[in-house]
Amino acid sequence: MNINATLIGQAIWFALFIWFVMKMVWPYFQRIIAERQKEVADGLAAAERGRQTLEISTRQAEEEVKRARERAADIVAQAEKRATQMVDEARGAAREEGSREKAAAQAEIEQQYARAREQLREQVAMLAVAGAEKILRREVDARAHAQLLESIKAQL
Amino acid sequence: MSESAALTPNEYISHHLSYLQVGQGFWSLNVDTLIMSGAVGCVVFGLMWLTARRATAGVPGKLQAFVEIVIGMVDQQVRDTFHAKSKLVTPLALTVFVWVFCMNVIDLIPVDFLPMLVEKGFGAGHFRVVATADANATFAMSLTVFALIRRCNFKFKGVGGFMHEVFASPFGIWLAPVNFVLRLIEEFAKPISLALRLFGNMFAEEVLFILLAVLGASWQVHGVGSFFASSASLAGQVILSLGWAIFSCLIITLQAFIFMMLTIVYLSMASESH
Repeated sequence: MNINATLIGQAIWFALFIWFVMKMVWPYFQRIIAERQKEVADGLAAAERGRQTLEISTRQAEEEVKRARERAADIVAQAEKRATQMVDEARGAAREEGSREKAAAQAEIEQQYARAREQLREQVAMLAVAGAEKILRREVDARAHAQLLESIKAQL
Repeated sequence: MSESAALTPNEYISHHLSYLQVGQGFWSLNVDTLIMSGAVGCVVFGLMWLTARRATAGVPGKLQAFVEIVIGMVDQQVRDTFHAKSKLVTPLALTVFVWVFCMNVIDLIPVDFLPMLVEKGFGAGHFRVVATADANATFAMSLTVFALIRRCNFKFKGVGGFMHEVFASPFGIWLAPVNFVLRLIEEFAKPISLALRLFGNMFAEEVLFILLAVLGASWQVHGVGSFFASSASLAGQVILSLGWAIFSCLIITLQAFIFMMLTIVYLSMASESH
């Protein structure tokens, strides 16, 4: 262990290397480490944001599906209601039509009945007049008694 | 170990513990220490500089990732220990750790390899490769750190604050001489212990490797005839060197880390008033 001027030389080396590291090495790495730290932090933040977005959109999608399902159920219910309604309407319309036709037929029947009665009455009246004529031909002037005959005919 | 054929173990050891020196007395230079520490520093810091210039904030390459791990470790230690604001402390700690570590690592190269190359290439008779096993190198660092501690003291506490601390703590202003003497001892113990700890550890490592090389070389002393003694001494060197090298990995890193940590702690103490 002999101390000599090497000490000074070594101190110069040391100072030189300290200066070199301080000026040429450390600043680069300091900057890079800071940049990387920032990048990592940004990446982590982005990942967190992505996770949140995913969560939100999952929830939205679930809601959407739920709404769609509800709407579909509504539509089906409405369609069923409509179908029942249509069947009811058709049934009502058919019933109405039937009753109308029935009424028309009845009216027809009544009309024909009335006409037949009228004809029958006229024929009976003619028969009666013819009978009476035959009876009265000899004694009664047909013209003189026409009025009377008419009133009888009307009464029949 | 071809050269050691002509050397006795004693000569071999002293050969390995002599510096390549120029000059006389105090004004002599240990050329080997200067060259090795400078070369190691230039290579490793140059490499870090190249890495720094090509570094990206994106996915780092293998070299960049490695450098970043080291820098991150040092930076974390500084953040944990040193709380004042300073542009100097982290680069200083980084320099200390990396430089000391790399100078220590040279110890793991077999003891005769680099000296042999230097002898063949430049004809230098002595060449010590582990710069931190030279007290000049460790004291140069610890005294530089000592100077920086003074600078920190004045910068963060001011001359008045520092003087007050020197004379008034820990026993109050009425025992100023006692305080001053205590402080003096404390302050000078720092660089001395810092330098001697590293020097002692690395010197011991180097000496043990040299001794193991002597053990391995002793087969020539036994002579070719005693086969068992020869192979036992050779196997002894191989196995024990391997064990010691593995243990050295721990010491090399630990000593570099301790030197860095104590540098940070001393500077932190100098920058905070207690």
